[in-house]
Amino acid sequence: MGLSLDASIVLMALAPFAAALLAPLVQRIAAPFAGWVLALVPAAIFVFLLGFIEPIAAHRFVQAGLDWVPAYGLTLSFFIDGLSLTFALAISGIGALILIYSGAYLRGHRHLGRFLGFMLAFMGAMLGLVLADNMLALFSFWELTTVTSFLLIGFDHSRQAARRGAIQALVVTNIGGMGLLLGVILAQQLTGQWNLSGLRDFGDAMRENPVYPVVLIAFLAAAFTKSAQFPFHFWLPNAMEAPTPVSAFLHSATMVQGGVYLLLRLTPFLGGTPAWTVTLVAFGGFTLLWGALGAIRQTDLKQVLAQSTIASLGLLVLLIGLGTELSITAAILYFVAHAVYKAGLFLVVGNVDHGSGSRDIVTLGGLGDPMPVTFIAAALAALSMVGLPVTAGFLAKEEMYLGLLGPDWPQILVLIVLVIGNALLAGVALSIAIRPFLGSLLPTPKVPHEAPIAMLAGPVVLGAAGILLALNAGRLGHDIVVPTIAAVLGVAAESHLTPMLDFTSLALWLSAATIALGILVHWQLAPIRSTLRRIGTALGWTFDHGFDAAMFGLIRFAGAVTRLLHHGRLELYLVLVFAGFALAVLVPVFGMGGLEALLPNAELGDWSAKLAWPQLQVHEWAVLAMAVVGLVAILTAKSRLVAILALGVQGAAVALIFLSFGAPDLAFTQFMVEILSVVILALVMTRLKLDERDYREFEDLARDGTLAVVGGTGISLLLMVVLAGAFDPRLSDFFAATSVPIAHGANIVNVILVDYRGFDTLGEISVVLGAGIAILALLRRRRAAP
Amino acid sequence: MNTLIFRTMVGPIVTIMLIFSAFICLRGHNAPGGGFIGGLIAAAAIAVLGIAGGATAARKALRVDPLAIAGFGVVIAALSGLGSMFTGSPFLTSIWAYWPLGETTVPLSTPLVFDIGVYLVVLGTLAAIALVLEEEEGP
Amino acid sequence: MNFVLAGLVGLFIATAIYFLLSRSLIRMLLGMVVLGNGINLLIFTAGRISNDAPPIVPGGLEQPAGAIANPLPQALILTAIVIGFAMFSFLLVLAFRAYQAMDAEDTDRMRLAEPEDAPRPPLSY
Repeated sequence: MGLSLDASIVLMALAPFAAALLAPLVQRIAAPFAGWVLALVPAAIFVFLLGFIEPIAAHRFVQAGLDWVPAYGLTLSFFIDGLSLTFALAISGIGALILIYSGAYLRGHRHLGRFLGFMLAFMGAMLGLVLADNMLALFSFWELTTVTSFLLIGFDHSRQAARRGAIQALVVTNIGGMGLLLGVILAQQLTGQWNLSGLRDFGDAMRENPVYPVVLIAFLAAAFTKSAQFPFHFWLPNAMEAPTPVSAFLHSATMVQGGVYLLLRLTPFLGGTPAWTVTLVAFGGFTLLWGALGAIRQTDLKQVLAQSTIASLGLLVLLIGLGTELSITAAILYFVAHAVYKAGLFLVVGNVDHGSGSRDIVTLGGLGDPMPVTFIAAALAALSMVGLPVTAGFLAKEEMYLGLLGPDWPQILVLIVLVIGNALLAGVALSIAIRPFLGSLLPTPKVPHEAPIAMLAGPVVLGAAGILLALNAGRLGHDIVVPTIAAVLGVAAESHLTPMLDFTSLALWLSAATIALGILVHWQLAPIRSTLRRIGTALGWTFDHGFDAAMFGLIRFAGAVTRLLHHGRLELYLVLVFAGFALAVLVPVFGMGGLEALLPNAELGDWSAKLAWPQLQVHEWAVLAMAVVGLVAILTAKSRLVAILALGVQGAAVALIFLSFGAPDLAFTQFMVEILSVVILALVMTRLKLDERDYREFEDLARDGTLAVVGGTGISLLLMVVLAGAFDPRLSDFFAATSVPIAHGANIVNVILVDYRGFDTLGEISVVLGAGIAILALLRRRRAAP
Repeated sequence: MNTLIFRTMVGPIVTIMLIFSAFICLRGHNAPGGGFIGGLIAAAAIAVLGIAGGATAARKALRVDPLAIAGFGVVIAALSGLGSMFTGSPFLTSIWAYWPLGETTVPLSTPLVFDIGVYLVVLGTLAAIALVLEEEEGP
Repeated sequence: MNFVLAGLVGLFIATAIYFLLSRSLIRMLLGMVVLGNGINLLIFTAGRISNDAPPIVPGGLEQPAGAIANPLPQALILTAIVIGFAMFSFLLVLAFRAYQAMDAEDTDRMRLAEPEDAPRPPLSY
């Protein structure tokens, strides 16, 4: 084996991203076969993952990691146990079929390469999500699935409905993403663990922690938004604006199952408490019924499937909430069965749409004749969805009923909910498989024709898989279910799955009742549908409208805030800035005890010294007076020329101050700069016809004056506080002491500039040069375009 | 400003200013002065030249675009810091060499080169600004 | 003496703030120059001022003979003066060009970036 296991696992997790980058290129080179070529990547991953079944069934645990941010102890670590393997197999296996399908479905589309790239990138994110061990990596991949799903839903971005669906999915699932981040950080802070695999040991401590409800809500927010649980379910039907392969892949088999994965993964950490069970069962059960009734209400095949997906997700959440060995078994089986048949049915709908030009169940009929293979695939998938014996769906249903055969009334209630939900879904499944294909051929926009081979491979394989999995129930139990239960519940279960029927079991009779009810629903579909529609119309309000109202309210609010803050009046912005500045200097002086350094304290002697008239030479007083005169002159200047000259006076005064207090270099520089400033100002100002008066309203005058006085006083006081404190001369002394011996320069200021702090100076001269270039650019542009 | 006296005197004045600025720059390491102040004086000299004889004449006298001088300054300042690569010390660490010249020795160092870079940047940039503004004033 | 300079710094800053709050561009520029000078003086004063000798080591000595002025703020201010001047020139030219382009020196009438009748954000997807 050439590569280490670590490296090959990481490579596998990242391969889809590499393929995504290459997808447009592949599409250009191998146009008709791009789907087939790119499907090799997930297919290879699938085969690679199959190799892990044996070691994991033997309770070996595979972990791999690469250093990511070693300074923080973070590794890009992956781990494979039964749970992640199950999900990863579904993602890669279905992904390969969908890629093949997509290549044909969107043949000739201008952006096919881009589409395939998005799909692969999504697949990589999803694989990373289920394989990640590090929780930050989990969060990153989680968000990446959101982003790629946004791109895929909005793929047909010229339609407003697609844009809306994309934004809705992005917003809703991102809210959950924030919840995930919060939960991850809380969990890390409470346990000190960044790794999911390490959380398992902290479950008992966590469940007794007072913060537990917060952590639970944070994670549930993530799982419920991603997995479209009521009341966050509304984004999923709108996500059907995506091309059908996207719906088949993201919105049935993979992305929406991310929340289910998260719940299963966190069961050892958070699960088992009454809060967990009640919340999950209640929300899951309600979502199941809501989605199932929603599916019946719809006539667009894709919408029917979307609603039924919501119902299935609710069912999964309910089963996870129950948390018994049987219910988890049922959840895993149902996940597998659902992924297979739902993806298959979506692809079938794609074929119907592609072949006939319509997706409305009411206007379709008799397509079984022109589209026989599609019909067979649809029938196979629907059988599994109905839950007839010898299908994967049947196995799942048996397990969920078995787990609830008890005398307690809550169990009975849940059981009733399950039977009703399953029956409604069975009715929906029957109508999908029967209505469009049987009966007399109805006129459709296109002449019905069978889909090409690439679009048949997926539905047929997926439809057959539902049967084959059930026929190999023993292996399914041993290879998939038992290791997953070990990962979720930490117990070594014994598989009892078999394709055989046990006529003594009550569960079997419940299944029979479910199917019977389903047939009844199918038979009475039209009346039920019209009743539901009437109720919906009577209600008049949907979550969808609520979302729009919230979004538009947000936009209006943002607009109002922007207009309030960005009013476009510069001097008001500056008023805010200087008010903040005044606060910033006054708070340390008055609020943080700065004044005590200045005010008289116990040692009154000190204070009298401070009061003493400063000992200044006459020329120093003169210089100070000159500065004050200069400032006052600028303030009161009546003409431009006086203002410019007064500016020169105060600058010269500053230079003289530098000169008086031992800074000849500064003084010279300041003099030169003042001269040049005055010259340049004079050059420019003579060309402007400026208003010479500085007219301000009285209120403005008062406001500006107050701010100026407060700001100036604040700076003065702050500086005095600083001066009253002790001075730390270490740095200055170092420069003074080492300037000649080390740096061979007697002018310490110059030595600091060109030697000690040379890098600084280099930056500063670059700024000077940049300013010069900018000025020339500003002036030359005018000359170029007069 | 275009008096005869001014135009006559401008040559000597500018020459003296430029020489003085170079002197200020070079002695800066041991006495008041340095690249910044030297550059300012030199820029002022160019500005005076521009005022006296027009910006075009000043440009002609300079021969090189003033901004190019500034760019050259940044480059040699940065290059002076690269010398320390050969001594294995951090960027801009100073290197000194003493060049005996008859009676006296001339100290040569990378900080000196750096300071000349500063001088050229200040000179070039400010001269460029001054000249372009003087041109704008024209007809 | 230090406290007197501290008061002077306050005066510089107050003048600068008053000018910067003006709506006239050219007065804001004057304010920038005064502000720069005030900040330079602030740094200078915070480094403690005295009547000591300039920070230059007399020839032949390894270290300064007596007390010298603090060299560190001087080095900082020296570059600040030059950069301040470069920025001032830039602002001046910018103001000049803005005046030419918009034919206004009152900042309230320069509304190119934030027009008075800016459209409301669109309410659709």
